[in-house]
Amino acid sequence: MANLKVNMSMTKNEMPEQDPVVRAGNFDEVALGYDAETAMKEAARCLDCKNSPCRTGCPVSVKIPRFLEKVRDGDFDAAYEIITSTNSLPAVCGRVCPQEKQCESKCVRGIKGESVGIGRLERFVADYHMAKEDKPEPVAPASNGHRIAVIGSGPAGLTCAGDLCKLGYDVTIFEAFHKSGGVLVYGIPQFRLPKEIVAAEIENLTKMGVKIVNNAIIGKSITVDELFDDGFEAVFIGSGAGLPQFLHIPGENLLGVYSANELLTRTNLMKAYRDDYDTPIKHFNRVAVVGAGNVAMDAARVSKRLGAEHVYIVYRRGADELPARKEEVEHAEAEGIEFKLLNNPCAIHGDEEGHVTGIECIKQELGEPDEKGRRKPVPVPDSNWVLDVDTVVIAIGTSPNPLIRNTTEGLTFTRKGGIEADEGGVTARPGVFAGGDAVTGSATVILAMGAGKAGAKSIDEYIRNKK
Amino acid sequence: MYKVVTKRFLNDAKSICLFEIEAPLVARHAQAGQFVIFRLDEQGERVPVSVAGYDREKGTVSVMVQAAGKTTRMLHTVEQGDYISDFVGPLGKATEMEGLKKVCVVGGGVGCAIAYPIAKEMHARGIDVTFIGGFRSADIVILKDELKAASNKLIMCTDDGSYGEKGFTTVFLKQEIEANIAEGKPQFDRVIAIGPDIMMKFLADVTRPYGIKTIISLDPIMVDGTGMCGCCRVIVGGETKFACVDGPDFDAHEVDFDSLLKRAAFYKDEQDEAAKHICKITGGKRNG
Repeated sequence: MANLKVNMSMTKNEMPEQDPVVRAGNFDEVALGYDAETAMKEAARCLDCKNSPCRTGCPVSVKIPRFLEKVRDGDFDAAYEIITSTNSLPAVCGRVCPQEKQCESKCVRGIKGESVGIGRLERFVADYHMAKEDKPEPVAPASNGHRIAVIGSGPAGLTCAGDLCKLGYDVTIFEAFHKSGGVLVYGIPQFRLPKEIVAAEIENLTKMGVKIVNNAIIGKSITVDELFDDGFEAVFIGSGAGLPQFLHIPGENLLGVYSANELLTRTNLMKAYRDDYDTPIKHFNRVAVVGAGNVAMDAARVSKRLGAEHVYIVYRRGADELPARKEEVEHAEAEGIEFKLLNNPCAIHGDEEGHVTGIECIKQELGEPDEKGRRKPVPVPDSNWVLDVDTVVIAIGTSPNPLIRNTTEGLTFTRKGGIEADEGGVTARPGVFAGGDAVTGSATVILAMGAGKAGAKSIDEYIRNKK
Repeated sequence: MYKVVTKRFLNDAKSICLFEIEAPLVARHAQAGQFVIFRLDEQGERVPVSVAGYDREKGTVSVMVQAAGKTTRMLHTVEQGDYISDFVGPLGKATEMEGLKKVCVVGGGVGCAIAYPIAKEMHARGIDVTFIGGFRSADIVILKDELKAASNKLIMCTDDGSYGEKGFTTVFLKQEIEANIAEGKPQFDRVIAIGPDIMMKFLADVTRPYGIKTIISLDPIMVDGTGMCGCCRVIVGGETKFACVDGPDFDAHEVDFDSLLKRAAFYKDEQDEAAKHICKITGGKRNG
């Protein structure tokens, strides 16, 4: 039914944020979320289009117009029910999904003016539910007796486990780290995704009956074959893309060169920024982050918060080619991150003790567009210069960890080391399914969740057909 | 949580302590040469330590830990029957033993704790094992009986001569290699050396002219131990390797010791500072 109470404002309601100067000195969440009144006003901007184009942009098919309608009417509990019927991690998605490339990019309101703030509203609903005191406990669905193993507790694994659990499967997640959540806890910083929120979403799953075994490294502690021997009928591999890529330039093993994974793991998972935690981190002053994706923005903003005076993004392409979300780039700029674009690092310089003293770059100019339409950077001859830094963070992407590849028979792999799987997560080995970064290489949380969802559906079909 | 089933100090100085931990998932596949990562509690750091032994039936894994920095000193205050927060593994590759006939295993200080299970396994497989164990002085010597049982020939030495022979492991390794030549005995087809980085560097210099393949076990600074952070980068044969997944064993004649020694000292200031903040009332027990 068409929305008769449409709020025709052309722009999204603003979401309050911490002041950039203040937040660059703390790890508290940057975006503060809507209040109920603003949420209702924002939801009323939805036209409730007949064919819901927004839904086609959502990898986990959230029934967007239906939940917006409930928010507009102030029935936030009903909105939560609608979202969680297809999305196990709404508080996470509401914060870290690139909505501008997904649901919101399809919103008809975005043709003239700004799209409806779907992500902000999803976050509002999830936070409302989380803060509510007298909410009913999640109910464990009746068990169908089939045991499924899920490898990795990141977005793909959690989504797959959640969906299978709702269908009655007995699901056990195996996680290598001491804390569950995968990239949501080791990668994405506290100020963008508070860890308490991840923990609460995971607790919802465990209350529904999902079991999690931490400190279990598949391929080391247990092999995939042993999971089948132990009585699991199917295995979903959602082990992510954990292996950091380096530049392979001189000086990369100098003291003060970090992979983004190391910097972020020390800070986010091991809480090196807090005095009461033991894991050390260097007090650096001038940091060059190489790369310009979301992880690079996270690494830069973490460096700033750890006290660095100057933090640079060094990227070989230009401003139009930045792969990070627009919002992340804007947040970084507001916090004083300095962008050194069209610069390609060629060496890292160090002193006699082996400490980093600078990063040498060659200036680039943009040439002809490549096959993807991105203009290719071309080095400017004799344009080498040295950026004076004491720390370099390499954030140019990750590839899938080889531990499972090296210990599992019957799977096939892509040239880049990803597990070969179709859109439903079906691999070359019967009973083994895979999805997320373990298949695609580094991508986004929501794409991994979509893959987890598809994997759960395929596993359900596989088990039903087996009977 | 992981239960400490046994705790036992291994020397008079109480500088090295054995902990047998209930960890069936680690015990299932643990092998000599591999390592585990433990974490004491929520605020604790992840610390890698070599597997010193395992009991697959009991589901336990033993580690021998020297009190050095804050975390290891705090671990020494954990009692039998207590629990530690995390214990994960086995990590890294097991030590290669296939086809070996005669091996010299050299341990320096707490390195003997890591070398011991390797010597034991080799000895059990019928490999001729000469073990050279070096320590600073008698009060820190460990595993006297165990090393004897795990070797065909045992040479124990101390820097000050207070136990066994007087002198460094390098001297006795060279002596044994020369003796094999002089007496026309088969030469060692491998030397395994585990100890302080600087000792391994000098042992590599000893074996290089003889062309004896020499394997060392490295323990650079790590965070996750699964190849994720790249913190444990070492240069071997001009290539960057991750000690946690490509090692911890590497060819000593290929390792860039200069870079290794520098990287190992990166957090020295932070370590020294942290060690000053061990609670003097509880002796290191947190929330205790």
